[in-house]
Amino acid sequence: MSEALRAGASVGWPVARVRGAFAVMFVAGLVLPFFVYPVFVMNVLCMALFASAFNLLLGYCGLLSFGHAAFLGAAGYLCAHAVKDWGLPPEVGLLLGVLLSAGLGLVIGGLAIRRSGIYFAMITLGLAQVVYFLAVQLPFTGGDDGLQGVPRGKLLGLLSLEGRYAMYYFVYAVFLAGFFAIYRAIHSPFGHVLRSIRENEPRALSLGYDVDRYKLMAFVLSAALAGLAGATKALVFQSETLTDVHWHMSGEVVLMTLLGGMGTVMGPSVGALIVLVLQNYLSGFGSWVTVITGLVFVVGVLAFRRGFVGEAIALAKKFPF
Amino acid sequence: MQALFGQLLLGLINGSFYALLSLGLSIIFGLLNVVNFAHGALYMSGAMVAWLLAQYLGIGYWPALLLAPAVVGLVGVVIERTMLRRLYQLDNLYGLLFTFGLTLVIEGLFHEQYGNSGNPYPVPEVLQGGVRLPFMYLPEYRAWVVVVAMIVCFGSWLVIERTKLGSYLRAGTENPRLVQAFGINVPLMFTITYGFGVALAAFAGVMAAPIYQVSPGMGSNLIMVVFAVVVIGGMGSILGSILTGVGLGVIEGLTRYFYPPASSVVIFVIMALVLLVRPAGLFGRQK
Repeated sequence: MSEALRAGASVGWPVARVRGAFAVMFVAGLVLPFFVYPVFVMNVLCMALFASAFNLLLGYCGLLSFGHAAFLGAAGYLCAHAVKDWGLPPEVGLLLGVLLSAGLGLVIGGLAIRRSGIYFAMITLGLAQVVYFLAVQLPFTGGDDGLQGVPRGKLLGLLSLEGRYAMYYFVYAVFLAGFFAIYRAIHSPFGHVLRSIRENEPRALSLGYDVDRYKLMAFVLSAALAGLAGATKALVFQSETLTDVHWHMSGEVVLMTLLGGMGTVMGPSVGALIVLVLQNYLSGFGSWVTVITGLVFVVGVLAFRRGFVGEAIALAKKFPF
Repeated sequence: MQALFGQLLLGLINGSFYALLSLGLSIIFGLLNVVNFAHGALYMSGAMVAWLLAQYLGIGYWPALLLAPAVVGLVGVVIERTMLRRLYQLDNLYGLLFTFGLTLVIEGLFHEQYGNSGNPYPVPEVLQGGVRLPFMYLPEYRAWVVVVAMIVCFGSWLVIERTKLGSYLRAGTENPRLVQAFGINVPLMFTITYGFGVALAAFAGVMAAPIYQVSPGMGSNLIMVVFAVVVIGGMGSILGSILTGVGLGVIEGLTRYFYPPASSVVIFVIMALVLLVRPAGLFGRQK
């Protein structure tokens, strides 16, 4: 893999400082909705989880999936449909969404890992396109209108999620759980095997690791967590539309990861924040949003491959203080 | 019967475009090792430039057929010279990401200027008629598209397989440094290749203009299908991408006749099936 991917690989930070940074972030997340519009923060959290799940695959396994919108969208549709039309509680909706995405991940990943590199990207893109067309044509998805008016329901039958703060802390809890799962996966022996595959696949193979199985496991895990993000997002916005399954979304998550720093724990979340803030501020400019997103992409790839967090880590290593 | 042949013809036309685009992709990938995600956007640019030429300068189809690819090809040359070449040493994922960003910029700009709706582009006068065959009515322009696409495809194939320039290209694909050592200007070859591949996409765009509506979104769905075609055919084989492109277009047309709801996914389903049996694609070599 390339230098940029390797840059963020092993963060040589002292544990205390990492813990300190996480503590600051954790508290910031708790008080943020009192200062910023909560729905916006919830959106950022969902996309940050989505990007972190994606990064598990790209940053730590070296697999560029260009079809991750399929998992976000499919889980969103099923969750929205289950809560709205079947009247199921939100936690069951989330669970169904995650299961569907994991299953899809097994199918798409199983096919895609038969090729590597650029082919892998194109295959995931193509199969995600099937999911897109299904979302357009299936009877319950509402075609171009999508699913609207999804109730948030009562968590475990007790706590109503209709209030913005109740929903916010629920989403925050989901995000933390997902983020922690990814963090644990990265820092477990499993994560180390993934990194060894990214660095040198033939060597990992010759060491006796069943490389394909590890790749598939990473893919399914990533898909399931992307599904968690998608299902949560559907509850936040109380709707699900084709934007979530469109390939632009697959590209957007790559952008978030690239911009924040692939192969870093925090990078994708930072990237999601930057991209969403940009889009929020530019939303009045019509198609210029697309142009600027594209330009950010181009500049990022050309000059800024380590991303914000990656560059920060490189700086911190250069000037230890 | 009429409908069946109608769909077959449509499939053949779509297939011609798939072939033209996957051919360009293959050539660019073969030498530069870049998956040109922007190929669909450049195809769209070809059609848009032709439309703009007609709209504002009154330049018709025939000059546009050369002018639009030249303009877009030149843009391609500039892109390659100033930006793309910085990425050759890196993992080829960066090439894909770069051209993806480029796609957003190009589509966004046209979108901003000309909105989302399609614009009609007239069929050139000479080809406005049609031929009544015993089993169907064949519009002349559509026949022209199929014939020209085939000529261009096989012409490119001949150039690459049978000429000296083509042999340089193929050698450069195998080992650019060795070819450079023989005194061949490889960076220039890269530029020309990218410019040619891009011009080919724009050429397809001009040909498509009178058939489909000219709109900023016309390339984005097409490129997905072309990627699938490339995966099925196995990238790198020129002949493979031509045959697969045309064949899949026809299969898609047949599906539209027999079971319309499946027509938009049939190619992707075939991709999945081919991958199960031959991961390297039908004409590809497993590396």
